[in-house]
Amino acid sequence: MTMAEGDLAVAEAAFVRSASIAPRPPPAAMTGALGWLRANLLSTPFNIGLTIVIALLLAWAISEVVKFLLIDAVWTGSDRDACLEYVQHRDIGACWPFVRERLPYFIYGSYPISERWRVDVFFGMLAIGIIWLLWLNAPRRGLGAIYFFAILPVSSFILLSGWSWIGLRPVDTVLWGGVLVTIVVASVGIVVSLPLGILLALGRRSHMPAVRALSVIFIEFVRGVPLITVLFMAGVMLPLFVPEQLSPDKLVRALVGIAIFASAYMAEVVRAGLQAIPRGQYEGAMAVGLRYWQMMRLIILPQALKVTIPNIVNTYIGLFKDTTLVFIVGIFDLLRTIEVARIDPKWATPVTSTTGYAVAAIFYLVFCYGMSRYARAMEARLARNDRR
Amino acid sequence: MSVAENHGSLLKPAKLNTPVAVELDDVNKWYGDFHVLRDINLRVRGGERIVICGPSGSGKSTMIRCINRLEEHQAGRIIIDGVELTADLKKIDEVRREVGMVFQHFNLFPHLTVLENCTLAPIWVRKMPKKQAEEVALHYLKRVKIPEQANKYPGQLSGGQQQRVAIARALCMNPKIILFDEPTSALDPEMVKEVLDTMVELAHDGMTMLVVTHEMGFARQVANRIVFMDEGQIVEANVPEEFFAHPQHERTKMFLSQILR
Repeated sequence: MTMAEGDLAVAEAAFVRSASIAPRPPPAAMTGALGWLRANLLSTPFNIGLTIVIALLLAWAISEVVKFLLIDAVWTGSDRDACLEYVQHRDIGACWPFVRERLPYFIYGSYPISERWRVDVFFGMLAIGIIWLLWLNAPRRGLGAIYFFAILPVSSFILLSGWSWIGLRPVDTVLWGGVLVTIVVASVGIVVSLPLGILLALGRRSHMPAVRALSVIFIEFVRGVPLITVLFMAGVMLPLFVPEQLSPDKLVRALVGIAIFASAYMAEVVRAGLQAIPRGQYEGAMAVGLRYWQMMRLIILPQALKVTIPNIVNTYIGLFKDTTLVFIVGIFDLLRTIEVARIDPKWATPVTSTTGYAVAAIFYLVFCYGMSRYARAMEARLARNDRR
Repeated sequence: MSVAENHGSLLKPAKLNTPVAVELDDVNKWYGDFHVLRDINLRVRGGERIVICGPSGSGKSTMIRCINRLEEHQAGRIIIDGVELTADLKKIDEVRREVGMVFQHFNLFPHLTVLENCTLAPIWVRKMPKKQAEEVALHYLKRVKIPEQANKYPGQLSGGQQQRVAIARALCMNPKIILFDEPTSALDPEMVKEVLDTMVELAHDGMTMLVVTHEMGFARQVANRIVFMDEGQIVEANVPEEFFAHPQHERTKMFLSQILR
């Protein structure tokens, strides 16, 4: 600082404000839709170019999808003639009569028509359970957990596979299919993989060498094998070694395979979360006298699971879509039922396959996006609860 | 330092006929090949206040962390209130119930409120009814002068407040002994006093305390004995007046000349 500036500062230091300055609104260019546009989309020539290109791409893609799914779509008809360009003499989009006719098959597979109400009841019970658990302000959430993890699995099993004792006709799992199978496989995988994954992750960090070795071998073995191989082993190879009477049901074998596979992945996700917890938390918990399981349940896991919510949901979304692989052992999940229906000669048209796949895409998109949104909301809520 | 002046004169000397609370007999510990604790012998009677000081890496933290088995010793005996620490988990639980600890970095549980931090151990370890645990917690939060923060999360408090919560959390278990591992080292200078004041009050109430600290003013006012450690050994131990006025060992003299200017 030079002498002159120093003198100036002294002069300014003696300044006294006589009247307060009232706050003024910001310049118009900063606020409103125009301000937002200017700041985010049109800030530089490069950004302007990018905005135009992306807008054109979006406009093209969206218009194509809307044209196919809605504008050019066929809404009524009773067979392939309704969806054939050379019969109708117009552009043909999605063939919705095909979906309408085969929808029960997509949902229930070959489940006997007279018994399908049982599947509907199962869907209803599952929906109640999910809402009860996921709605954080729901009343009696403890009861909800018991319902979801104990009552629901047992009653669904009885309901779906039947029990002649109480007058429910047994339905072989070979007849199950469509959305029913997809939901059953995904829910079992999701519900089993988290607790099992937590146990495996804790085992892998255990101080007991035998527990640690077992966990590491299990995780590394399962992760080192493709899911298709696990399903093949469960579905095709197991019956070769085990007598037929002892070999469990085909669907059960696939469920076990999926659950084991998902648990190994979940274990690694949870382990990452455990590693993010500082040693001081363990020491603080031990110093107040908590035992190992109390420490894990009350202090370590709540924090570890919270930081891994995005990864847990990511694994769930992956798992949900991986359930389509059960078709490889001859189980008819949603995608497989669509595969079968689309080659039905009654509906054979150039748009049938595309329509069927569009249905599958919408189904998976809705479920996966739902999971993703819920996780985001959960994260936001937890972040609000504790600021570090 | 003027921290403890108001209370210093009120502190009675430890009654030396009280039973032994902490006994370390020839305790040795190694980290791999590194000999961190060498032939440690220390006997602390109930109501005594021991300040442990020494250069960093001298093993003072390791020593007090052995007392509630956050660290394991490999040779020698550690007996806490009549219970010998071995690999027996029951014994370890028993000792940890009676020994509170306050850490340099507080180690509060960030996902729980201040009140929940304080009631957690009484509820789960002492099996105390929730209502009663909350009353106890509020009592001790009042004592460390932050009852109004009970429903906040640790992350919303200042360092000094967090450390006082940590002290309240330890007190809620109604421990016989409290260990302090450099409780003021991670604090901003202006927050050190509020934590030291709380500790002085505890001392005044007759709590058995083992304190690792560099706060020599606190040591002078509160300690019955000062233990100086270097290279994993106890080099010198004496009452504060003698320790500061007539240090015997060369290493002690050098250490004191460094920190008391």
